[in-house]
Amino acid sequence: MPRIKSPAELEEFRKGILSKRDPQKPCIAVCTGTGCIALGAAEVVAALREEIKKQGLGAEVDVKVDIRETGCPGFCEQGPVIVIYPEEICYLQVKPDDAKEIIAETILAKKVIDRLLYVDPVSKEKSIRESDVPFYKNQTRLLIGNNIKLDPKSIEDYLAVGGYTALVKALAGMKPEQVLDVVKDSNIRGRGGAGFPAGKKWEFARNSPGDTKYVVVNADEGDPGAFMDRALLEGNPHAVLEGLLIGAYAIGAHEGFLYVRQEYPLAVDNVTIAIRAAEDLGLLGKNILGSGFDFSVKVHRGAGAFVCGEETALLRSLEGKPGEPVARPPYPAVKGLWNKPTNINNVETWANIPLIINKGSKFFTSIGTEKSKGTKIFSLVGKVKNTGLVEVPMGITLRDIIYKVGGGIPGEKKFKAVQTGGPSGGCIPEEYLDMSVDFDELAKVGAIMGSGGMIVMDEDTCMVDVARYFLNFLSDESCGKCTPCREGIRQMLKILTNISQGKGKEGDVELLETLAETTRDASLCALGGSAPNPVLSTIRYFKDEYDAHIKDKKCPAFVCKELISFYIDPDKCSACMICLRKCPVDAIIGGKKQIHVIDQEKCTNCGTCFEVCPSRFGAVRRLSGEPVPAPIPEEARNLAGESK
Amino acid sequence: MENDQIDKIIEKHQSDASSLIQILLEIQRENRWLPKDAIERVGERLEVPLSRIQHIVTFYKAFNLLPKGRHEIHICTGTACHVRGAPRLLDSVQDLTGIKPGETDMDMKFSLETVGCVGCCALGPVMVIDGKYHGKMGPSKSEDVLKNYE
Repeated sequence: MPRIKSPAELEEFRKGILSKRDPQKPCIAVCTGTGCIALGAAEVVAALREEIKKQGLGAEVDVKVDIRETGCPGFCEQGPVIVIYPEEICYLQVKPDDAKEIIAETILAKKVIDRLLYVDPVSKEKSIRESDVPFYKNQTRLLIGNNIKLDPKSIEDYLAVGGYTALVKALAGMKPEQVLDVVKDSNIRGRGGAGFPAGKKWEFARNSPGDTKYVVVNADEGDPGAFMDRALLEGNPHAVLEGLLIGAYAIGAHEGFLYVRQEYPLAVDNVTIAIRAAEDLGLLGKNILGSGFDFSVKVHRGAGAFVCGEETALLRSLEGKPGEPVARPPYPAVKGLWNKPTNINNVETWANIPLIINKGSKFFTSIGTEKSKGTKIFSLVGKVKNTGLVEVPMGITLRDIIYKVGGGIPGEKKFKAVQTGGPSGGCIPEEYLDMSVDFDELAKVGAIMGSGGMIVMDEDTCMVDVARYFLNFLSDESCGKCTPCREGIRQMLKILTNISQGKGKEGDVELLETLAETTRDASLCALGGSAPNPVLSTIRYFKDEYDAHIKDKKCPAFVCKELISFYIDPDKCSACMICLRKCPVDAIIGGKKQIHVIDQEKCTNCGTCFEVCPSRFGAVRRLSGEPVPAPIPEEARNLAGESK
Repeated sequence: MENDQIDKIIEKHQSDASSLIQILLEIQRENRWLPKDAIERVGERLEVPLSRIQHIVTFYKAFNLLPKGRHEIHICTGTACHVRGAPRLLDSVQDLTGIKPGETDMDMKFSLETVGCVGCCALGPVMVIDGKYHGKMGPSKSEDVLKNYE
């Protein structure tokens, strides 16, 4: 690869790449993000390659079809996902066995394979093109839409879709102050959680005295149930690097760090490859594109600590120390990494920068609400039909996200709540579904935007259990440095555990509220400061569930194990032996043509019998807050006798 | 693990004490856990007190201070997996293997860990064994999967 020394040379190089590419040549893009890999995407790619060879399309001289292994386009639910260009035909849930037909029918005979298309569950309508699938159609995919168009391991692919043009624009045509002004005017707020205006943050770092400054990408995406940063880093690492380069130029930093969670091995690999490629091409290093600007980046893997997502903790971790937060101020913009001015932004914030520079702040502010601009990527997960990553304009309603994009709740269950913002966020009940999603609106109802986790919960989710779950997570992850967080969380967890085990008592809810307030007000960092949110928001909207647990010893959602029992309805049991065989503790008594009965003494409430009982019988019942009926006498259990 | 292997990793990071976490992660990637000798060697070479290394290896969850079994099971306990039944999956895997998170069985066959989120929420509940993802796991399905490991 040549080392590129000027913007003109980069354009030449880009032209060279494009001239070698025929837009009409068939290309099969296969998502090989973590989600699709887990569903067998690697086997699909192998089968496609094999088939291309077999059907004589892979002759070295003239390859008639390309295969592109891409990052995650977001529709994880229906993976492995493939898109065939130039027609943009979208096939879902592709299996290795489909490879032969895809090559023979779609690539050679130009025919669409009906059974691999998306079928709307209600209208039964089929969507051929990717952009026609309702899941995608209702999104605004400015960032994540590029993932399927490029191989994250190829810098040529990124250049082919216009990559690094924003960098050229900034370095060759703008002063650092001008870049800063554009970002300030765009009003982009940090995508990591708190929503602090990124331009202001940059300005603080730029104006802090000192020659050595640093920029950092926070890719310690620790919120359980959130994976948009992973998808961006895995799928389009150069966009993040380009944003970082532009930010470094505006701030006056010459060294940058990418702090990536070690649970994301593919993201670490792809971003490392991207850095190498950018270095080889001269887009990182000394005198970038002849501008006199030097910049280098290092990847630092996290070692499994949620608190390191907090910026001061992250910086301590980068220094090779335990990731314990320190009091702010001084802010990292003044005294950050090795006490030098440092600017930290989240992956998604950085990925937005090239877009803002290229299209201008006006374009960016045209999307979104008054105080929250641009798009936001959410990871829409939990009890929702179309699980995956969705990118929507700020200001969209929760209802549109969950029902229009997400397709609603599976299994005809009833929606109960949506949880945003991870362990620092809150649960939003149905009455607020028509609220528009922006930083300030979410805060008003006791939740937060957070990094973008959106977990949908249905009637089978117990809200006391959800609160207990988050507190348990936070109690594990609290670094222990300050007492309010360490002890406050632990005590709240104790009370919640008691309630979920039927040991709750009058006054527990009030005590929880007092503890929550103290923890919120007195903790050192945002981990403790926001830890009470899951507790307070569930008490605020689902007090009746707390009361049912405390007063009636009942878990209305049948989740809290200590408060439920399983019972086989003798009128419905057909003695099929399925539950009896599957019971892990041999607690089911019965036999062929013998109605099954659960030995309540042995039963561990694992729920396997409920899960495996065929729906046509539906004989296993869950009980809570009521006594288990006595088993029917042995002589009445014989089914054979009955049918005679 | 041999000292020269450890030294090689340390030299790759220019014997820089601020790379301590990266060095320990790399040693663990080679050896799967951090033996006391290795930690002592790192302390000596980087001139970092053992107490500080101990602080780090116990602060961060990724570090293992005990040998691992032949197969490492990670159960995702992220929120999406949780609401889809991860606790029941964890219960059944504990029953099947006889070990709790953080433990390794006597035959050194399985080690069990929980993980905050692996980012495969569409497939929840997820169980990762030796880096291979098994999605949509229920108690009875997990039994079938575990049977395939020797």
